[in-house]
Amino acid sequence: MAVLDTGTQKGGVLSQALVAIGRIAVSLFVPIVAFVILWAGFMFLRDSNAPQGIIAMVAIIWGVGGVAMLFWVTDWVVNRTPLHVAKKLQPFVFVGPALVILTWYLFLPTMRSLYLSFFDAQSKNFVGLANYVFAFTDTKMLESFLNNLLWIVLGTGGAVGFGLLIALLADRSRLEKVFKSLIFMPMAISFVGAGVIWRFVYAYKPAGEDQIGLLNALVTFFGADPQAWFTLRPWNNVFLIVILIWLQTGYAMVIISAALKGVPSSIIEAGKIDGASELRIIRSIIIPFIFSTLVTVSTTIIIISLKIFDIVFTMTNGNFGTEVIASMQYKQMFRFYHYGRGSAIAIVLVIAVIPVMWYNLRQFSKREGF
Amino acid sequence: MTHAKRKKSNWNLVVNLILLVLVIVWSIPIIGLFISSIRPQDNVLSTGWWTVFGEHSELSLDNYRQVLGGSQYTFVDSAGNTVRASGDNLSRAFINSFTVTIPSVIIPILIASAAAFGFAWMIFPGRKFFFTTVVALLVVPLQIALIPILRDYQSLGLTGSYLGIWLAHTGFGLPLGIYLLYNYISTIPRDVFESAFLDGARPMVVFNRLVLPLSVPAIASLAIFQFLWVWNDLLVALVFLGGTSDVAVLTQRLANMVGSRGQDWHLLTAGAFVAMIVPLAVFFGLQRYFVQGLMAGSVKG
Repeated sequence: MAVLDTGTQKGGVLSQALVAIGRIAVSLFVPIVAFVILWAGFMFLRDSNAPQGIIAMVAIIWGVGGVAMLFWVTDWVVNRTPLHVAKKLQPFVFVGPALVILTWYLFLPTMRSLYLSFFDAQSKNFVGLANYVFAFTDTKMLESFLNNLLWIVLGTGGAVGFGLLIALLADRSRLEKVFKSLIFMPMAISFVGAGVIWRFVYAYKPAGEDQIGLLNALVTFFGADPQAWFTLRPWNNVFLIVILIWLQTGYAMVIISAALKGVPSSIIEAGKIDGASELRIIRSIIIPFIFSTLVTVSTTIIIISLKIFDIVFTMTNGNFGTEVIASMQYKQMFRFYHYGRGSAIAIVLVIAVIPVMWYNLRQFSKREGF
Repeated sequence: MTHAKRKKSNWNLVVNLILLVLVIVWSIPIIGLFISSIRPQDNVLSTGWWTVFGEHSELSLDNYRQVLGGSQYTFVDSAGNTVRASGDNLSRAFINSFTVTIPSVIIPILIASAAAFGFAWMIFPGRKFFFTTVVALLVVPLQIALIPILRDYQSLGLTGSYLGIWLAHTGFGLPLGIYLLYNYISTIPRDVFESAFLDGARPMVVFNRLVLPLSVPAIASLAIFQFLWVWNDLLVALVFLGGTSDVAVLTQRLANMVGSRGQDWHLLTAGAFVAMIVPLAVFFGLQRYFVQGLMAGSVKG
């Protein structure tokens, strides 16, 4: 009996060891196969001379499939580990890839800027806070702070306001899709295209000549003198902000509209039965229900206004008192090659958004999950 | 009853009228662009586009012919000679744009939705810190990342490769993607998950079977924005893809059109319109996903 017992135990240990080895082998095998496939695809794409259509197809399948495979394989490996380890590792299967990529593409460059912001133009000598003193005292910088504030207030207010209005109205119209598509159209245009479009609106020719800009044509039609819109301080900022509103209202509308569809119809019906007016239903039921969406949309457009660059750069190049923070940053970095100042202004931009983010996080913590 | 009905139809009329006014205001600049694109070159630069409805009614498709024309393109010049010139064959640029754009939309959405799920519904050390940092990265101006990343790419041999530009667009698109999807995924009612986790489903299964399908409206909207951003991007393509014409995307070709031919506005109008077609098609294709409100239905059921 005892002999037999040890026998089975021996066999048990051996087979257990074999099973363990087999498990480890399989655990290693799958990732290795995955890696080989990815590597082969990478080499094919880098060196192949196949027709372009085929390369494009392989590239798309390889790229998208590769990422899906990466998730699948890491999850598979994590599930081979003992349960208590797997539990700890699982969240990182989900957030890990994002954190790695963000660290590489945005976090490290930001840290590098922070470091460079304490050095001079050639990044050689330490200058302490001199670049930040410049950022907060230079007259051009102060002008750009004020302008950015105007962009945030008018741009965000305009885009979110119109977006909400159109989303609410379109929700009550049978032609919803047509209206929404037309409002969304500007989003499909590149900044190069938008620049061309708005020149046809704001173009200026001296009085007496044929106006090719729509706005001046209207002004002269009513008997007034044509205006060079982009030189009219401080209104030229507003004319530029109009372009942002025109571009971003479609974004606000789409997101808000998606949220409106999520408002349960039963609540609205209940409100109607209680005799609430349309406006009352919007104010007391719909707005509170989509409030978190409104915060999201406002936040993204505030950030877009804060980073606004292309519109100013292509339309006025920051002249006539239309300078904004991002255009100042670009000029210091790529025109004056003053890396210290350019980096400091970038860091100021990052700091400027902290209040907005703080508000967002407070909203988030109100609906904490598990 | 009839009174109520009349009131209702009046209300509808008002709604549609306000919308009509807004839509007209929004469309006028684009109509101007479109009309300009089908006018002869001289008229575009000398008279307003609205004059086509009056004295300058000449229309021509020359701008489009020149923009879309094959690699060889013949026209008759002012002296009456037939001239062969190379047109802007945009078909290759179209394929390049697709090759760059499709993975640059899908990859960040996969990664962002996984991360958003992780941040919203899983507990791990440093969750708040990591999430705050991710969202703060939303404001980092792209310009500060270009030079260091380009240096990394040169040492990795990634410059001018599709993989390089996909990863770049992924990196720059992730903060907004995670932020938007987190907002959506974190509002999925808790009981949807509870029963699944009680049944012992693994997080990856919950993610695949529940979170992704439930997030379709949010994913569809995000897909559109990421698509538009990548499709219309010039800066990232210029820096990471380089200028060679065999990988150049549509926006690069458009920018070259301005560069190599001076301020050819009449060509730009046509080019800008051609470049708009695909984003608009994508919008119409995906529109039904976020118009239907899948979320409301699935939670109730």
